[in-house]
Amino acid sequence: MEAKAVFSAKGVTKVYGRGDVEVHALRGIDLELFESEFVVLLGHSGSGKSTLLNILGGLDKVTAGTVYYGQQELTAATEHELTQYRRVHVGFVFQFYNLIPSLTARENVALVTEISEDPMTPEEALGLVDLDHRLDHFPAQLSGGEQQRVAIARAIAKQPDVLLCDEPTGALDVRTGITVLEAIERVNRELGTTTAVITHNAVIADMANRVISLSDGRITEVKVIENRTPVAELKW
Amino acid sequence: MLAIDKKLVRDLAQMKGQAAAIAAVVACGVALFIMSLATLVSMQESQRAYYERYRFADVFVNLKRGPRLLEERLAAIPGVSHVQARIVRPVNLNVEGMSEPATGRIISVPEFGEPKLNALHLRSGRYVEPWRENEVLVGESFAEAHGLEPGDTVKAVLNGRLEVLQIVGIALSPEYIAQIPPGSFLPDDRRFGIFWMGERAMEAAFDMESAFNDATLKLTRGASVESVIERVDSLLKPYGGLGAFDREDNVSHRFISDEISQLKTMGLFVPAIFLGVAAFLLNVVLRRLLSLQRDQIAALKAFGYTDRQIGWHYIKLVLLIVVIGFAVGVTMGVFLGKSVTGMYAAFYRFPVFEFHLDPPIIVASFAITAGAAFLGVIGAVRSAVSLPPAEAMRPPSPPVYSPTVIERLGVERFFTQQFRMILRELERRWAKSLLSSFGISLALSILIVGNFGNDAINYLMQLQFFVSDRSDMQIVFREVTSGSAIHEVSQLPGVTYAEPFRSVPARLRAGHRVRQVGVLGLQRNPELFRPINAEEQVVQIPKEGLLLSEKLAEILAVQPGDPILLEVLEGERPVLNVFVAGTVNDFSGLSVYVDRLWLSKVMGEGEAISGAFLSVDEQSSDELYEQLKYTPAVAGSTIKVAALRSFLETFAENILRMRAFNIFFACVIAFGVVYNNARIALSERSRELATLRVIGFTRREITGILIGELSIITALAIPLGLGLGYFFCYLLSFQMDTEMYRIPFVLHSSTYATAVVVVVLAAIVSSFVVRKRLRSLDLISVLKTRE
Repeated sequence: MEAKAVFSAKGVTKVYGRGDVEVHALRGIDLELFESEFVVLLGHSGSGKSTLLNILGGLDKVTAGTVYYGQQELTAATEHELTQYRRVHVGFVFQFYNLIPSLTARENVALVTEISEDPMTPEEALGLVDLDHRLDHFPAQLSGGEQQRVAIARAIAKQPDVLLCDEPTGALDVRTGITVLEAIERVNRELGTTTAVITHNAVIADMANRVISLSDGRITEVKVIENRTPVAELKW
Repeated sequence: MLAIDKKLVRDLAQMKGQAAAIAAVVACGVALFIMSLATLVSMQESQRAYYERYRFADVFVNLKRGPRLLEERLAAIPGVSHVQARIVRPVNLNVEGMSEPATGRIISVPEFGEPKLNALHLRSGRYVEPWRENEVLVGESFAEAHGLEPGDTVKAVLNGRLEVLQIVGIALSPEYIAQIPPGSFLPDDRRFGIFWMGERAMEAAFDMESAFNDATLKLTRGASVESVIERVDSLLKPYGGLGAFDREDNVSHRFISDEISQLKTMGLFVPAIFLGVAAFLLNVVLRRLLSLQRDQIAALKAFGYTDRQIGWHYIKLVLLIVVIGFAVGVTMGVFLGKSVTGMYAAFYRFPVFEFHLDPPIIVASFAITAGAAFLGVIGAVRSAVSLPPAEAMRPPSPPVYSPTVIERLGVERFFTQQFRMILRELERRWAKSLLSSFGISLALSILIVGNFGNDAINYLMQLQFFVSDRSDMQIVFREVTSGSAIHEVSQLPGVTYAEPFRSVPARLRAGHRVRQVGVLGLQRNPELFRPINAEEQVVQIPKEGLLLSEKLAEILAVQPGDPILLEVLEGERPVLNVFVAGTVNDFSGLSVYVDRLWLSKVMGEGEAISGAFLSVDEQSSDELYEQLKYTPAVAGSTIKVAALRSFLETFAENILRMRAFNIFFACVIAFGVVYNNARIALSERSRELATLRVIGFTRREITGILIGELSIITALAIPLGLGLGYFFCYLLSFQMDTEMYRIPFVLHSSTYATAVVVVVLAAIVSSFVVRKRLRSLDLISVLKTRE
């Protein structure tokens, strides 16, 4: 079965600033992501991986090049269309969770389900990340791993087509990181959500279908992993 | 409730102190707005309905005596729809339990049917019945002041005879909504009463069979008042017409119109300050909140919330604060409005005068309040939500500081590190610092404005009653009397000195500008009644020419030296080309002063006097009062002590009350601004301050940095506020400069000092709050939080 490309990017370039302070974050990226695929974007700090993820997620704009989500050209989309795109198709998980501190776990998830068309309930979403016992806790009452799992629940509650995770374990220790990755992996497996995780941690790459390495704004290597390592066995 | 709305409620709870301070400022503005406007509308509406329903006349005229037949000829003047001829006479009253004499005015009413114009509203009792002598209706304010009821009697001297008036009813008239005695500028319920008596009974009492001495006219829609006045005057000239005038010169109408225009000023000017401050505070607080929630905004955007939804979310937060303030403000406004209406009810007698809050006023004030808040925050919200989500996700780049003026001058070694930090912060955010100073200075200026009324009234009383008018009493004769009568007056018990005056009604004309006024002829070197100029110096009465109130000179657009036409409206009615000799500074009415002997000369009447100013020995004053009550030649008397007392009684209470409100409001602003400033400085800099603590600064030192910043902002606000206060008072005195009375522009240094003290106190209290918060600064958690 030929996998369908969810994203296809061509010649994506991103330049921040201008003149003397010009920073080339991306220098002509060509890339495809396929349905239900689990992709890791691997790279060091400053390699451009976050920029790429932000562009795929409709959070940032390209300087040159095109990005298609299915048939929709994101690079030609208006602000409003991008918002709609994010609202309907994309789930985000951030390195610093970005939970709303004044809302409980359940309410943080509800924040998203309330503007979605066919969401699961906040309780179901939190159940998927094993947090059904901490529904009414505020972020400040949760550990870092728990907070990140709330963020994952929040991202998947709308049943997105793609899940984009920006260094989801960056702020966590190994054990907690593993529980978070397990949650992401489970979502990918059970819901079939196309998932892209960016990380600078090469170990995490072993759990992916495909690893795309970036360096200095360019793709340096694309590796297909035949034997995925179960998350629980990852070590770093 | 939606999750995003829960966030809103919890965010609000988090900033409850600041929100409460802002809501309080909003509440004050709304309260003043509602109070002024609702009272204004209530008053305008009561006035309109009263005038219409009770047919308040458009033109008024007094004459010496004219035959009743003239009524038809008056009615035939083009533009006149109705005429009511009547008899109006002054009376001396003797009211039980009151030693000093009271005066009154007695007005005839038809015995059959009600008056065609200025109809009466019967409060209690009944209307006068035909063929009954001495039956009267009495005005409500006088009746209330003396506890008079239908069935009671009042002794009065009518046409030289002592009569007992039988009160059959208590009434109101649109002509006397405010009952102001002649020569005064304030209502005096105790010493001035209006009575209405049957026409036949009055004709008999005053020898006025088939005659009248006063008429009121109603004009048709669109009729020219000027041309009617002209025709009336020429028609009544042979009958001693004293010059017709329109509503503008009706004392009661003028008094209310002035009050309405002052309410308009109050109702717009002061609330505008409050709403401006509230908008500023909202801006500052929301900007801070938005910068703290940068990452939350980014996350919301990443989930697909639109800019509009996120913007609306923050606008709703602002609106919630505004709504809370608004609700409190409306409640306060209703309370204040009722209180003010209650005070007004003592001055203004309407058949129905209640505080009435129309929904359009509520809607309008909400729209204005919300609009001001919206304008205050929309810029901040727009820039926050339009930040691309990817950028919002990153913490803002560190603020750019630069060397301050101290370093640029190379004098930094004289200042401590902390002081330099303070200066850099202030300089970097100079716009915000200036606006904060401006907000505090507004509070200061409101305090000054609040005390200004008090200063002005004290000054006015001092000048008017002790420098200008040094008499104890003023009497007016029923008829113009020979100058030698002053000797008899001097012989009255207790009178130590008597100074005669002559007064005539006249019309002044300068170009196309005309004003009807009373001309007062005084001694050339008066002892008791002395006009003063703007420099508070006594002005010599010129041998020729007129001294005018500055206001009158302004209305007629004349200056000293300018020619002016004087048309006397009494006796031979001479018309004279004279000139303006000078202006005087008085605070009520429009006055014209001339040399008494010159006036008698141009009137061609020998030496004649209309009344006298008296200096009275207090010991014998009761005896004098008693005698005056039964002296028919004396038509009226004004006792200065009584005038002062009534002035104080009526005004002092109101002024004190308004002052208390003002101080309260100003404190709310001062505290609101200083406190919010302090809290925001604390929030913005807690990380920095915690870092300083970690590297070894003492609590005292870091407190000094924050409080030092506040102190500088407050210190800057003081001169600014003093200047603003001065300016606002000037504007107010300019605004309150009406024909009826003028508020002098006087400010005591104590007023400035009080204002400064209150603001400094507010700053000190706020800095205590900051200090307390700094004490509980949790070093670890502050450093951990990512900003």
